[in-house]
Amino acid sequence: MATIKSIIQDAKNDRQFANDRMRWVSNFKGFILFLFRLVIIVGICYVILGPVIGIISSSFFSDADSYNPMVYMIPQDPTLYRYELASKYLDYAKSMVRSLIYAASLMAIQVFICSMVGYGFARYKFPGKNILFACVVIMIVIPTNTIMLPLYMTFAKFDVLGIIKLIKGSSVNLLSTPVPMYIMTLFGCGLRSGLYIYIFNQFFRGLPKEIEEAAFVDGAGTLYTYFRIMLVNALPSAVTVAIFSMVWQYNDTFYAKLFLISDSIVISKKISTITATISTLEKILDPAILQLFLDAGIVLVMIPIVIIYVLLQKQFIEGVERSGIVG
Amino acid sequence: MNGKKKKMSLSAKRSRTGFLFVLPWLVGFIWFYARSLFMSVQFSLSDLTVSPGGGYTLEFVGLDNFLYAFRAHATYKQVLTTSIGNMLIDVPLITFFSLFMAILLNRKFRGRTLVRAIFFLPVILNSEAIVDAMDLARNMMSGGLSNASAEMAQAASGGMGIAYYMQMFGALGIPESLIEYLMGAVLRVSDIINASGVQIIIFIAALQSVPGSMYEVAKIEGATTYETFWKVTFPMVMPHIITNIVYTVVDSFTQSDVVELAYKTAFTESNYGLSSVFSLCSTAITCLILVIVCGFIQKRTFYYN
Repeated sequence: MATIKSIIQDAKNDRQFANDRMRWVSNFKGFILFLFRLVIIVGICYVILGPVIGIISSSFFSDADSYNPMVYMIPQDPTLYRYELASKYLDYAKSMVRSLIYAASLMAIQVFICSMVGYGFARYKFPGKNILFACVVIMIVIPTNTIMLPLYMTFAKFDVLGIIKLIKGSSVNLLSTPVPMYIMTLFGCGLRSGLYIYIFNQFFRGLPKEIEEAAFVDGAGTLYTYFRIMLVNALPSAVTVAIFSMVWQYNDTFYAKLFLISDSIVISKKISTITATISTLEKILDPAILQLFLDAGIVLVMIPIVIIYVLLQKQFIEGVERSGIVG
Repeated sequence: MNGKKKKMSLSAKRSRTGFLFVLPWLVGFIWFYARSLFMSVQFSLSDLTVSPGGGYTLEFVGLDNFLYAFRAHATYKQVLTTSIGNMLIDVPLITFFSLFMAILLNRKFRGRTLVRAIFFLPVILNSEAIVDAMDLARNMMSGGLSNASAEMAQAASGGMGIAYYMQMFGALGIPESLIEYLMGAVLRVSDIINASGVQIIIFIAALQSVPGSMYEVAKIEGATTYETFWKVTFPMVMPHIITNIVYTVVDSFTQSDVVELAYKTAFTESNYGLSSVFSLCSTAITCLILVIVCGFIQKRTFYYN
């Protein structure tokens, strides 16, 4: 009798033990996984943030700090002199306002045109649509570098079917003004327009058709439907495209170099010559010191994008996730 | 005219409206892209001289530019092969790294928003000057600013360390090419991380579009996490691998040395014909790679819908 009882008791204890053990093992497994994830994420975040931190910290270094091998990351004798000179030679306030206006106006055009084209592709059937959409994909795939020469030539002697020549007597040279960029963006061929058209197309395809049918039954015209209903619904992808195009346009140096756009409009282009400017005008010859000025200048240039990004990053990332960049 | 308009069927009307929506882009595409591509081909087949008036004259020379680029030019072939080699090495690394990170980031944990924001930072800070300065700063982070040069010299001679490890793994019987590839991957880890921001976001979005019921079924059927990954997650994100590969290839091509060389040839050496040849050939090769890789993957892709 007693033996049976004790056997049952033993079995119970065993089960209890096995349960405990299993829980312990799974807890331990979870902990290890957590640790593994933490290490990887922190490590990679460091790889990304490291140089940014380095730039920020070294922009405060004084000359003595940068020559002192004992100083690492935290300057002994912090100075704002780098920022003073960098902002002076960048003509900071003025060029910043100008480049923000430039990027923002182009962004507005991009969102407007690309959403329209994307909508046209997503919602209407017309002959040759598939071929034309293939052209959009070609636009994404072919790098602009392939066609940079013809673009340069086109805008050096700009003419629309000979009309300008008829009026003015000769074709106009649009280089060294921002006009080429505006013209290209206006015709849906700006910086990465193909990608934006694609994003909008995917998003509009995902919206239910009933919305438009209801609008149509209620007597809304095509334009009214598009502006007041579809565009409002497309807000998440519009935000994504807006931030992408704003930031990339602001950072773009390729088109700025190609069209010789003045660097007082494109501050990212100006930053690449700042070391040379400071070196000649301030007679500073040590490249290590010049690098500090460049760091300060880069911090100044980065500030607005980082602010935009921090303010909008939640909408942005959610927008990218939901806007059907994926299809 | 009016009567004709009334006779138009609804579908014809709609197709006209749709066409009008697309029209601005179509004009731009023909004007800037189609025409430019045609002009590029034309330039590559001729000798271009810029006349003082700002115009230019073309003299047809046939395939001379192509022959010169591939037979006589000092660096083009070498630059082209290194660029393409780098691209081919980077693409699988970036794809798998971003898939891995997307899976890691897709879990819910505290501070997820912050981490995602940080991962996307390289996409935001992709200006040429910023990237250059960041590269320099990355080198300096390993030591104080002033011993940077000493540190770099050491790193250069520190190639010994890599050779040592290669020997060690080689002794274990791991094929040398694989070790070299992995070593290369480790050496360019920061490049890979910085190049995979958009790809990670695309994969996260893809992971979130996988219906949760599939995971439930897998769990009920007793699949392990490993099996769930290969049987559910991987097939479901497969279509997006193509998107990511296209994005990665195009991105790495636009930042490669070939493009730099073409730019320099055109604008500092004023050899427009040769520059067009460089651009066209490298674009053609890139497109060829894209078509081959995508075709290869497409065959093995599972489409849910």
